[in-house]
Amino acid sequence: MNQTEEKPEVKIAVRDLNFYYGDKQALFGNTLDIMANKVTAFIGPSGCGKSTHIRCYNRMFSLYKGHRSEGEISFDGWNIVDPEVPELELRKRIGMIFQKPTPFPMTVYDNIAYGLKLHGNYSKSELDGRVEKALQDGALWNEVKDSLHKPGTALSGGQQQRLCIARAVAVQPEVILMDEPCSALDPIATAKIEELIDELKKDYTIVIVTHSMQQAARVSDTTAFFYMGKLIEHGSTHEMFTKPKNQQTEDYITGRFG
Amino acid sequence: MQHTTKRFDEELMQLKEHVLSMGALVERAIKQSVRSLLEHDEKRALRTIDRDHAINAMEVECDVLTRDILVRRQPAAIDLRFVLAVMKVVTDLERMGDLAAGIAQGTIRSSGNIPQDYSNLDAIAEKVQRQVHRALDALARGDVDLALLVIEKDSGIERLYKRMYRELLTYMMEDPRSISASFMLSNVAKNLERIAAHATNIAEMVIYIEKGHDIRHVDHDAASRILAEDDD
Repeated sequence: MNQTEEKPEVKIAVRDLNFYYGDKQALFGNTLDIMANKVTAFIGPSGCGKSTHIRCYNRMFSLYKGHRSEGEISFDGWNIVDPEVPELELRKRIGMIFQKPTPFPMTVYDNIAYGLKLHGNYSKSELDGRVEKALQDGALWNEVKDSLHKPGTALSGGQQQRLCIARAVAVQPEVILMDEPCSALDPIATAKIEELIDELKKDYTIVIVTHSMQQAARVSDTTAFFYMGKLIEHGSTHEMFTKPKNQQTEDYITGRFG
Repeated sequence: MQHTTKRFDEELMQLKEHVLSMGALVERAIKQSVRSLLEHDEKRALRTIDRDHAINAMEVECDVLTRDILVRRQPAAIDLRFVLAVMKVVTDLERMGDLAAGIAQGTIRSSGNIPQDYSNLDAIAEKVQRQVHRALDALARGDVDLALLVIEKDSGIERLYKRMYRELLTYMMEDPRSISASFMLSNVAKNLERIAAHATNIAEMVIYIEKGHDIRHVDHDAASRILAEDDD
């Protein structure tokens, strides 16, 4: 055993998470650890709660009345379930990418600069540097460096998604949540994003919700299978796809569901 | 439980049937080659050698089916383990066919020099055929206990072979005229021992399919321990 091997770090510890859309309970006692600098994939049939679950991490639901979470989501001393947690700061530290790319109606440059300016004061040259770095980290710089002042919406779908990723990493988050980031993209754009995810995990912790089991198998270190609001099984991706412990998990991943 | 995609179930079934058919051909080849030797039946031997082509052809057919499933279905979990295991089983079966043909070759080559005593060979041959049958049965039914039995019995066959080999050595040393015949017997026994080893490989693959544990190159006690760990 390597003496200098570090103990794996838990980035987010979820314990007994329940979630309610008003009266309707959508998550039931979810418990798992999200490990630092790893990619965790959430899989499961439509309506199983995987998106609901990750949206608890950045309190997206607080925008809606009657939606509430219960339980514990430990993140660096915070319990994210607690409404007192500062949301702006939370959403800087835990960024999110959505299924449909959501570039701001601004130039490519401003898309990145907007978030930066919200969270800090930068000189023009500092900002230029940060924007360039973000676009480099989002594997987009070479494609947009000569057209930074074109609208973000003029980019292709795949490029827009990388813009959103660049925007998220610009504010130096610790965790990046991705909710079916490639569903609207063609295979080449998808491959570029997956390649980017592989690079990003060196610096960030990534949680990705995906409908594609092949994608989960390709990009993730750990996979969690949800069904009807419950976390049925989670473990190493290799184990999940070769020898799942739970029959429901096996039925889902082998296409015997429904 | 059935796949949502029925064709996937059909493809897996078809692959399994092909592998078991190939197994049946191999079982027959072993039986016929041994019999051809014990009865000094050259015609039977030639037939066996000729039929090896059919076994080789089945290997190719199985591979085609396997590739198709991998490409189109991206199998996971037990389906994946099944396909991966079948790829190896088919290779083992093809080798067993070759080894049986080799035994038949022995019949033809030794036509002028028939050994006196076949009793040892008969004993080994019988045990080996039983092992092969068990292994294929285990594969057909997904029977882990039967697979474990095959693995357990393999060492007995190896012992029988070594004993026979030592005996043959003494004959060869006593009487140089018996060398040719003894040499042939030894080769045949070796082929039988190798066939049994392949049957053990098949049994190990059955355990991989059913339990997800790869117990190749692991001794039997360790295998039982590993398998016991899963039983809650």
